[in-house]
This record gives sequence, structure tokens and C-alpha cells, in this order.
Amino acid sequence: MSSPLLRVRGLVKHFSVKGDLPLVTKTVHALDGIDFDLNPHESIGVVGESGSGKTTLARCIMSLYRPTAGDVHVHGRSVYRRRGKRALLKNVQMVFQDPGGSLNPRFSAERSLLEPLLHLARMPRRERPAAVRALFELVGIRPSDIRKLPHQFSGGQQQRIAIARAIAPQPEILILDEPTSALDLSLQAQVIALLMQLREELGLAYVLITHDLSVVRQLCDQLLVMYLGRPVELGPTADVLDGPNHPYSQALIGSVLIPDPTKRDLVPPLVGEIPSPTAPPSGCRFHPRCQHAMTICAQEAPEARRVEQVQTWCHLYSRSAQESRDVPK
Amino acid sequence: MKRTLVISEAERQRREQQSERLRSICSRKFGFSFVVFRQNPVSLVGLILVVMMLLVAIFGPLVAPFDPDATNARLRMRGPSATHLFGTDSYGRDVFSRVLAAARIDFLVALASIGFAFVLGSIIGVVAGYFGGIPDNLLMRVMDVMQSFPPFILGMGLAAAMGPGVRNLIIVITVIMVPGFARMVRSRVLSLRELAFVDAAKSSSVPTWKVLFVYLLPNSMGPIVVSAALNISYAMLDAAGLSFIGLGVRPPQAEWGMMISEGMNNLLGGQWWVSVFPGLALFISVLGFNLLADGLRDILDPRMRR
Ligand SMILES: Nc1ncnc2c1ncn2[C@@H]1O[C@H](COP(=O)(O)OP(=O)(O)OP(=O)(O)O)[C@@H](O)[C@H]1O
Ligand SMILES: [Mg+2]
Repeated sequence: MSSPLLRVRGLVKHFSVKGDLPLVTKTVHALDGIDFDLNPHESIGVVGESGSGKTTLARCIMSLYRPTAGDVHVHGRSVYRRRGKRALLKNVQMVFQDPGGSLNPRFSAERSLLEPLLHLARMPRRERPAAVRALFELVGIRPSDIRKLPHQFSGGQQQRIAIARAIAPQPEILILDEPTSALDLSLQAQVIALLMQLREELGLAYVLITHDLSVVRQLCDQLLVMYLGRPVELGPTADVLDGPNHPYSQALIGSVLIPDPTKRDLVPPLVGEIPSPTAPPSGCRFHPRCQHAMTICAQEAPEARRVEQVQTWCHLYSRSAQESRDVPK
Repeated sequence: MKRTLVISEAERQRREQQSERLRSICSRKFGFSFVVFRQNPVSLVGLILVVMMLLVAIFGPLVAPFDPDATNARLRMRGPSATHLFGTDSYGRDVFSRVLAAARIDFLVALASIGFAFVLGSIIGVVAGYFGGIPDNLLMRVMDVMQSFPPFILGMGLAAAMGPGVRNLIIVITVIMVPGFARMVRSRVLSLRELAFVDAAKSSSVPTWKVLFVYLLPNSMGPIVVSAALNISYAMLDAAGLSFIGLGVRPPQAEWGMMISEGMNNLLGGQWWVSVFPGLALFISVLGFNLLADGLRDILDPRMRR
């Protein structure tokens, strides 16, 4: 039991894209050094603005992308090894960001579900119908609807089918990429309730990517805040949400809600736009937008500093800086 | 698709509703043809022409009054009459029977070559689009080379190299039709493979061949089917054209293009029937497929309509 369920180490993913001029390629720094561990039955939330690399992180864990550097281990085995790939995928599944696009338009709900049962679980044919029925019951799709095509379902139902497909091979880890952002409010609550119920019943560990901090609070033990492909803050959910250390987390969380009203007023809102990941800022990537930026912030990328349970990547908390400046907490 | 129209929001919604309605109707088995032809009566004419010629191709040779290849030295170049409806040619063969026999050959060549080109082009397109990189470059450069000749010139070259005959004619027309299909399928696959259902399939360990041929290919068929219908008429013209210049079927064989060319010498002498009747048959078939394809396109892509 020494190795955790999921271990992400130094994960870097760069994309080469065509530049404005012919023959010139640009590098997109989608992910630049992400580390975290996840224990069985625990959940981690991943938050950050659009373009901060959350989906890229998820796809690297699913081994849909091969990272530029770093590794991902599940039960101590690298997910990028060719051998044992099926066993790995059986254990790690993902619900994709776009519920409409994640179902084959020509497959009935039932057929979408049969695919993982057939190819991942290799379930004998006669057992499959019962398994499909059980899965649909679990996620709350009526048995009479299982022959329908994806476009005949609502967005919420499509998401339920996508969830059913992901849990079909009985994984330990379920990656959820913004499972509620495409849904309206009442449906969001239903899907969250479903996710809580599934975690209880199946003992799943979630990697939950979301913009919705209340969902993180309800579902996650840990929270990772990302900015432009880099980690910014990582720690127990309640600690990070109630007292964010990093100016970016403060702005992000403050922009939603900080429970303590005296603190809320102190937090400046996020200004400006997220810079392009093809030319990320030097040093700390947040420094051009940071209210507390110092000279060192533009020069050196900050190391992780541990404050109690929480790791923060910010020069405000490095020893040398602490001597000269007050920590804005 | 090539034209970018600026349309109002209301118009867009109306069109979306229309296409949604059509799609739901199309999914019912018999509703489909009904909607096609009520929306576009001209395509009904196309369908009637195509069905008519198809019946001729299938049953014509069975009801032909004479053996299409039987020569008769005493009956050369007779004009249309009650026994020889379309007259006789310079060998004394019955033109009517030959037009009927030729229908079968021309439809066979056109349908078979489009069928093969459709299958081959789909395979090439889906492989190139899905894998990208080296396979894509390799396959698409070959298609580029093929498309850098005018199709008919390429056909002439190939046909000249391979020699006449129905089988070779089918091969030649297949080859010149493949790049168009391959390109279309490839571009559809390029956009489809970005959709999450492909990633979901990979995450479900679905084997790659199944992703290609069960996930991607069926989802990219819509516009390609229309193009296949349209291309049948081109295939037919190519078959007739190659035969016309002596690179198609082998001589005694009745074939519209070749019959037209056989009658050309006598055309100026007023003996028009040897060329005109096969020409008419060719014209009706090509027109039929064109009108039908137009109707199909309008239904599958309502944006093409003005
Ligand atoms: N396949 C790719 N090729 C090139 N660039 C990519 C690719 N995938 C992602 N990127 C880029 O990497 C960056 C991170 O993208 P990612 O989709 O991971 O962000 P995200 O945090 O999931 O955003 P969102 O909240 O909008 O989903 C973006 O700038 C994106 O444009
Ligand atoms: Mg994303």
C-alpha cells in the first residue's frame, strides 16, 4: 500500500502548432509540471480558468495524450506502457467535457454502453443485457429509453449515459471533465447528487474538473488550482477554499465567494485576460496579473512552499521574500 | 458549403427547424422518399428517368426483338420502321436491340465503378484522416498526382495502357473516381475524430479498425452518398466517352458511346438514327442521375438551397 491509487509526477505536455508564418511552429505550453497523489475513495478537484490545461491533464492521465515529460502511475504502474493497457483503462475512465459529442450519434444508448462491456470488461454475451439494465437504473435512465439515439435525449440524460458508460467497466478512478457546465441549474444539482451517490455505492475516486467551487466543496477532499499549465495551490479542499494563499486562488475563489466577508473585500478581482500559452510569462506565470508582483516573480518560477497542509507556488511565501514583505493573508 | 451566406438569426432557426423536421422524417423508412420529392419535384423527374432506364437495363435485353450482335448484310442502314424501331446500322444490326443491350453495359460499368470507388475512396479517406502524419501525406500525395490530370485524360492514358474491355473500363473509371471520394471522406473524418465519442471509444479499448469503420465511416457518409449519386452520371459519361474514342469496350459489344461513334460517319449523310438513339439514351440517364442527386443534396444539406 505504499504507492497511491493515482500518482502524477512532473507532468508536462507541449503541443506544436503551426505559427502565423509558414514553416514556423509554436509551442503551446498546455501543461508544465503537475504533481499530485490520489488515494482510493478520495477525490481531487481541479480548477482554473479556461485554457489552464485541465482537459489536457485529464487526457494525459487517460493516456489519450503522451506527455512531453513526466509520468502517471496507477497502483504504481505507468499508464503509458503498452502492455496492460486494457487493464488500466478498465480501472481509469473519463466523462468527457461535451456530453453531446461524447456519444456516437448512430449508436443507441444501449449500444454505447455495450462497447466498454464488450471490449474492456470482456463480459460474456448473455450477461451483458442485465449489466446494461443495471447501469441505466443506477444512473436513472428509463429502461424504455435505451434504444433511443443520443439526439433524442436531453443534455442531462446524455451526461447520465456518458457516466454510465464510464462506470461500466467498474473503474476505481473516474475523471470528470466539467460534468455540469453544459447543463442548466436544476440538472446540475441532479448530476451532482448522482455523482455523490455513485461514489458512495461504488467507492469511486474522482478527478473532478470544474468551474463550480460549490461542487468541489461537496465532492472533493483535495483541491488543485491551476494557472496556465502550472500548479498554483494544492491542499485539502476546505483549507484552500476558506483561506486561499496564492493571489490567483484568492482572486478565483474570491470572485465566487469567500465565506468571511471581511476577507472578501480585501481580494482584488481578476483583471485582464489569461496570457497565451504559446508565450507564457517568465517566472511565475501569474505575475503580469498579480497585485503583489515583485521583481523576483518575473525572473524565477516559484518552488512549492508548504504552509500546514497546503502547498503554494508563490514567491510571497518563499523565505527570502517573507523577510521583506508581509504575506497577504 | 463553399458559399458563406450571411443569414439572419430567424432564418437560421427556420432552417434548423426545417432540417430537424426533415431528419426526423427521414429516419422513418418510407417518409424519406416522400419528403425528397415533395420538397423538390424536379428530383422526382430524375428518379422517374433513372428508374425507367434501370428497368431498361435490367429487362431490356430480355425483350429485345433481335440479337444485338447479329449482322445482316441485306438490311444495312435502314431507317426506323415497324420491325426495326430505331433502324439498323452499317452491319445491318438492329439499333433498338443494341440500345437495350448497351443500357445494361453502361449501367453495369457506371454502378460498378462508382461502387468500387466509393469503397476504396472511403477506406483511403478514413485511414488518411484518422491517422494523419505519414500515412495521410503518402495517400494524399498519390491522390494529388491523380487529380493533377484532367480526369478524362487520365482515363485515356490508363485505358490505352490496359487495353479495351468491360473489366478494364470499370477499373479505369474506378481509378479516376477514387480521389474525389477519398478527399471528401478524409475531410469529414478530420472533423469527426475531434469529437469526444472517438476518445471515449479509445478509452473503451475499442479496436482501431472498429473506430475507423464502425464509428467514423458511417458518420461521414451523408454527403458522400449524394456525391456518389451525382458521380454515377459522370462515370457513365466517361464510359461512353472512352468507348467513343475506341478506348472503352471491345467492338462487337453494344455500348452507347461506341454506337454514337459508329454512326458518326453516316450522320452527315442523313442517316441519323444510328447515333441519335444511343445518344438520347445516354442523355436521359445522365440527366436522371443529375436531377436525382440535386434533390438528395438539397435534402441532406438545406443550406445549399437559395
Ligand atoms: N490538441 C491540442 N493541440 C494544440 N493545442 C492544444 C491542444 N489541446 C489543448 N491545447 C491548448 O492547450 C491549452 C490548454 O487547453 P485545455 O483544453 O487543457 O484547457 P482547459 O483548462 O480544459 O480549458 P476549458 O476550461 O476551456 O476546458 C489551451 O491553450 C489549448 O488551446
Ligand atoms: Mg477543458
